[in-house]
Amino acid sequence: MPEKFDVIVVGAGPAGTSCAYTCAKNGLKVLQIERGEYPGSKNVMGGVLYRKQMEEIIPEFWKEAPLERPVIEQRFWMMDKESTVSFGYKGLEWGKEPYNNFTVLRAPFDQWFAAKGVEQGVLLINETVANECIVENGKVVGVRTDRPDGDVYADVVVLADGVNSLLGKQLGFHKEFRPDEVALTVMEVINLSKEKINDRFNLEDNQGCTIEIFGDSTKGNLGTAFIYTNKESINIGVGTTLSSMIKAKLKPYDLLDYLKNHSMVKPLLSGGESAEYLAHLIPEGGYHSVPKVAGNGVIVVGDAAQLVNAIHREGSNMAMASGKMAAEAIIRAKEKNDFSEASLNSYREALYNSFIMKDLEKYKDAAHTFEHHPQYFKEYIPMVNQAMSKFFTVDGTPKREKQKQIMRSVTGTKGTFKVIQDVYRAWKAVK
Amino acid sequence: MHIVVCVKQVPDTKIIKINPKTNTLDRRSAPAILNPYDAHAVQEAVRMKRLIKNVYISVLSMGPPQANAIIKKSLEIGADEGYLISDRAFAGADTLATSYALSKALEKIASIRPIDMILCGKHAIDGDTGQVGPGIARRLDIPPVTNVIEVTELSEKDQTVVVKRKLSGGYQLLRIQMPCLLTVEKEINEIEYSPLPNMLKAARYEPVVWTVNDLQDVDRTQLGLKGSPTIVGKMFTPPKHEGGKRLEGSADEQVKDLITCLLEEKKELFYVK
Repeated sequence: MPEKFDVIVVGAGPAGTSCAYTCAKNGLKVLQIERGEYPGSKNVMGGVLYRKQMEEIIPEFWKEAPLERPVIEQRFWMMDKESTVSFGYKGLEWGKEPYNNFTVLRAPFDQWFAAKGVEQGVLLINETVANECIVENGKVVGVRTDRPDGDVYADVVVLADGVNSLLGKQLGFHKEFRPDEVALTVMEVINLSKEKINDRFNLEDNQGCTIEIFGDSTKGNLGTAFIYTNKESINIGVGTTLSSMIKAKLKPYDLLDYLKNHSMVKPLLSGGESAEYLAHLIPEGGYHSVPKVAGNGVIVVGDAAQLVNAIHREGSNMAMASGKMAAEAIIRAKEKNDFSEASLNSYREALYNSFIMKDLEKYKDAAHTFEHHPQYFKEYIPMVNQAMSKFFTVDGTPKREKQKQIMRSVTGTKGTFKVIQDVYRAWKAVK
Repeated sequence: MHIVVCVKQVPDTKIIKINPKTNTLDRRSAPAILNPYDAHAVQEAVRMKRLIKNVYISVLSMGPPQANAIIKKSLEIGADEGYLISDRAFAGADTLATSYALSKALEKIASIRPIDMILCGKHAIDGDTGQVGPGIARRLDIPPVTNVIEVTELSEKDQTVVVKRKLSGGYQLLRIQMPCLLTVEKEINEIEYSPLPNMLKAARYEPVVWTVNDLQDVDRTQLGLKGSPTIVGKMFTPPKHEGGKRLEGSADEQVKDLITCLLEEKKELFYVK
């Protein structure tokens, strides 16, 4: 006789574990199924963990979680072939409690987080794939795993099975992705001594730095690259939408190689030793791509629900917040003993009233705009670089004259009307 | 029938790094796993259980509390019960002291449920000695049969088991009186994909943990570092095997190169005293 649980959570990433943890803490009988050898073994992210949403699940987690460095500086580079315009913010207040965000390595972090769930009573099994949802009378009642005697039942199944949610597709909640709805990101973990990292990034032992790079890092395609400092390694990665990659005939590993050998980047990595190479799809379709998130006996969270804010590179925090909201909805449903779509839709409501859907709504046209108007990445970033170079090169030209020259070169290549139109369009996309 | 399988947690030596200064294994560099030969031993017990039904499978391990993980793994494969002996007094044991500690634990298990057969992997991949299994058999005064590749017959009535034992260039067929101890090779079976109920059971399971005080009639001088006469004289990393020389070009050129190579570089092969 197959077992029945209150909740089955498919996936042990941040979304799944937040949900499983919160459910178990509130006395529900939870089974969590992870396909990897251990939680985190299959998970990939650039490496920034946001304090706020994690803290709402485990207060003062930084005292025990395996974190790398608190981020005290965020830099942004607009990079051209042989130059870069950078700006950023460094603040020591981010280096002490309550912190802003941290760099993390996912394998140890996810394992730790999942173990906290187990402490709360979650029954976690690894190396098991949930192949499909068991549907009876229009209601999800359990999952069928790939193991012998692999059926298991629950009142609610939570799909936290990641970006390419096969279970979500099986239920018809979302279709196959369009190539412009997902980004393909490749990254490498490069081992480098603590001393070298501290010197090169101007940091102390317990300070971290993030650099987001636009422009030539993706050869002018829609996307970004990043460099994050861990304790004794650096995460470097680059991603563009799948559609840009197809259109520009880019190979992701070539792009990463290009970035690593870029004159602006190479010195930061010099002498490092490649430790890991990872690739992953990121759901970047935004607001319009968010599928149905609740049905009869089923809830979708995290990447599986496309909850990623590509512009602000936020994802894990949204995953955690959505996992927690899902758990709260399930707890409410359990009190009423009603697991219908109408009942579980309290999750949908919470989600749409939270920062998650509000932020996704704000940027709903951003990626689309930038993808259809490649001039932002292809033309304006080099232009800004040239302008800065011209302005700061001391050659006896009066500064006012330089400004005029710069304006002329901008409007000259594009025409005043087009420039104004571009600025307006960009502002509209992110306002 | 009661089968006890002795299992060990080992670092995954496929990926482990060696500290170049001390020549010792850097255990942090590799995940801890159930010794692969021991996994086959557990699987073989599960196979026997399927064969004659009335079989109860226990696993026994000695190690730190984290060794819980491999006991759970054994339950996933199909063991019914798990025992872990864990105590600082056992630390630093060589194969002599390990077999002593395990034999004491086996005596205690046997007092709960008489043991008919003990299974071990042929050796642990981190030490490769293969001494603990036979050591236990000697201490318990039961027949040890090493390098088993097949259990062909199992008779509960006669209390005998027939096994094939791997020899170089053949095998030996033996009928053995139980209780006995077998150590198994990898080819004895294929590890099966565990059924979901086993996974659930293992995830919930907490092994029985014994300290040295839980065992009876223990001579503490035979435990741990104190009870270990083995002295590691020297450790070295074997040099990496360098690839051979590759001759290219047409057949004629290759033959010519080969002759030159043999006559010039390998002169000593042709040296006549």
